[in-house]
Amino acid sequence: MTEQIPLSAEFAALLGPAPPWPVTAVTPALWEEAVAALAAGGLTLFGLWGERCAEGETWVRMALLDEAMGRLGVIALPLDAPRYPALSLRLPAALRLERALFDLTGILPEGLPDPRPWLDHGRWGLSHPLAPSPGAARLPAPYAFLPAEGEGVHQIPVGPVHAGIIEPGHFRFSVVGETVVRLEERLGYTHRGIEALMGARAPGEGLALAGRVSGDSVVAYQWAFVQALEAASGVAVPRPASALRALLLELERLALHLGDIGAIAQDAAFAPLPARAAVLREDVLRAAADLFGHRLLRDVIVPGGVAGGLDREGKARLADLAATLRAELARLLALYERTNSLEDRTLGTGRTVPALVRRFGAGGFIGRAAGRSFDARHLDPLYQPLGLRIPVLTGGDVDARLRLRFLEAAASLDLIARLLPDIAEGPVGAPMPQAATGEGVGLTEGFRGDVLVWLRLEEGRIARAHLRDPSWFQWPLLEAAIEGNIVADFPLCNKSFNCAYAGHDL
Amino acid sequence: MLAETASPLFRAAPYGVFAANALAALLVPTFATPLPFGGDLITLVGLLGLGRFLLALAGLDVGTAFGGIGASREVMIAALAEPALLLVVFILASLGGSTDIPALAASLGAGGLRVSLGFALLALAMVALAECGRIPIDNPATHLELTMVHEAMVLEYGGRHLALIEWAAALKLLVYFTLIAALFVPWGLATPPWTAPALLFGAIAVLGKITIGAALLALVETSLAKMRVFRVPDFLAVALMLGALGVLLLFFAQVFASEGL
Repeated sequence: MTEQIPLSAEFAALLGPAPPWPVTAVTPALWEEAVAALAAGGLTLFGLWGERCAEGETWVRMALLDEAMGRLGVIALPLDAPRYPALSLRLPAALRLERALFDLTGILPEGLPDPRPWLDHGRWGLSHPLAPSPGAARLPAPYAFLPAEGEGVHQIPVGPVHAGIIEPGHFRFSVVGETVVRLEERLGYTHRGIEALMGARAPGEGLALAGRVSGDSVVAYQWAFVQALEAASGVAVPRPASALRALLLELERLALHLGDIGAIAQDAAFAPLPARAAVLREDVLRAAADLFGHRLLRDVIVPGGVAGGLDREGKARLADLAATLRAELARLLALYERTNSLEDRTLGTGRTVPALVRRFGAGGFIGRAAGRSFDARHLDPLYQPLGLRIPVLTGGDVDARLRLRFLEAAASLDLIARLLPDIAEGPVGAPMPQAATGEGVGLTEGFRGDVLVWLRLEEGRIARAHLRDPSWFQWPLLEAAIEGNIVADFPLCNKSFNCAYAGHDL
Repeated sequence: MLAETASPLFRAAPYGVFAANALAALLVPTFATPLPFGGDLITLVGLLGLGRFLLALAGLDVGTAFGGIGASREVMIAALAEPALLLVVFILASLGGSTDIPALAASLGAGGLRVSLGFALLALAMVALAECGRIPIDNPATHLELTMVHEAMVLEYGGRHLALIEWAAALKLLVYFTLIAALFVPWGLATPPWTAPALLFGAIAVLGKITIGAALLALVETSLAKMRVFRVPDFLAVALMLGALGVLLLFFAQVFASEGL
């Protein structure tokens, strides 16, 4: 169990119960209090990133979540020199974040237990791209994978180029026979420098980039981005616009969960489930294209509001779609439940340990399939009048993650029905100030989990933006979940996690 | 394109695999009997084994992790499937008094229904699923390297080599279809003197049998998920048990018959 350390009153004020989420500059003493609370498990690390301004100011920022109280905040520590004591000495969840932080900004987490580069593979042509003056390129060097020793242990390298057309990631298995004794991931192959691209851009351009971070989380990223933008500009969004944004998010969740349900069964070579799920997913995508002009719902969300709306026919179409999907989902679940050969593959496979899930703050279906009830929608007052119902399971295996997707898809259908009356016929929005300066935080619950966006505006342009994918806290758990399983079960396990490559690598 | 680590064996293996499987296909009567040369069942098993042996060697030869994984899994499956297959051969040979496939087709076709024949059919069908790398044992359509058996061994192949291997795999499937058809539903085979209508009828009959077999295969493959690698021994143990039961039944039937009971 986590031991609760009472936070000081001064500290408690750093976290807020509802958006706009506070962003506060703190003293080293308060920062240290936060790190101690994180290490003890009283707080959950929700993001960690650095900023080096051209004027010489250097910041390291950390997003904190108080799960028990449902409070969130960002604290910023000013640094005299680009170095600070590493969190990962006491908090394993921070390790990859700090390695990436160093790769991108050159701010050195002192005492970092694992100094190997994470995102920088020595192929960028420079190093520390977010530093005021980037350094020379790191020479590509062999990556020292962690050893696994013993009789009969051998390694299987998989990727980054795979036998199918999928995203690149490298997996290094140490196995004895078919049993995995250690898996180590190596990511960063799809790094496109999105945070560097955002610098000095107009908010609209930043929003377009946010929609292209990860093709499967367009709404999640764009909504989180505009939330941060609106918070930084001090703009309140009218309810019909927020309601439509929430509806888009649920449509995205439906399409992706349907895709995942099929893909998990596909990896166990059970063809009927993916065939039927693909048809249903296509129904959702076509409805999205017809009603909002884009299959993946790109660029419907605009700063201050939404560029689309739903007329009576549109609402009727979505209501029809929801009715069809509800019936079909029940049929798919029944098919899954009566296919023993499939359940034989999913039950007990790739079990996540609840303590680790909490310690890493793993969100989305990975957390909620292992008893961690956190869902970013709980924190948004928008959902409060809607009777939000977030299913939680405790199995933690592939079966639980698959079933949770069924339950979440059904909950999305409920939510869509309740959101429909609030939605206006056409575009709605609040005017955005042209030259705002400030910081803001946005948070959405995408299909994969909580997407956090922080940005700082300077006279209407983006000075720095940070987008944190839920996968940062989910990928490490995959390494733990596969231990003791057999190699041939890894694809099934990996698909049930479905962590992002593009969203993680940015 | 060839891997840098490939030896001449890797280059030669596809031809050997194809030759072995093609030769095996020639031993099975499809629409007419007898064949102009001996179609021995044990030779057939040996030829298919030779093809698999060459492929496993090629998988090891190229030196990648997947070649090794595929070869080790394939050999594990083969080591379990072959005893079951030999028991099936034993049942058939005892019933038909020969291991010559055309002769077996003739005598089994005239012999009527037997329980041990049913066991043999079930066991052979299960072995065929395993040997041909079909669901639930292996998934020939997968792109997931870590789950592959047959595909992992041939992952490094491309071009004409891969084409030959794919062709050989298709031939193997055809061998099992026609073997099951020739032994268990041997009706419609044209016998000498071969007349044009009889040959035509034989051809139509075998096409029909293969179509039915393919439909049954599709039914099995779409109603089952692929099993865990370590469940394969259980699956093949069932085939082996069916074969053993068939032999046992046959043995008792013959004992009782000889004692006039």
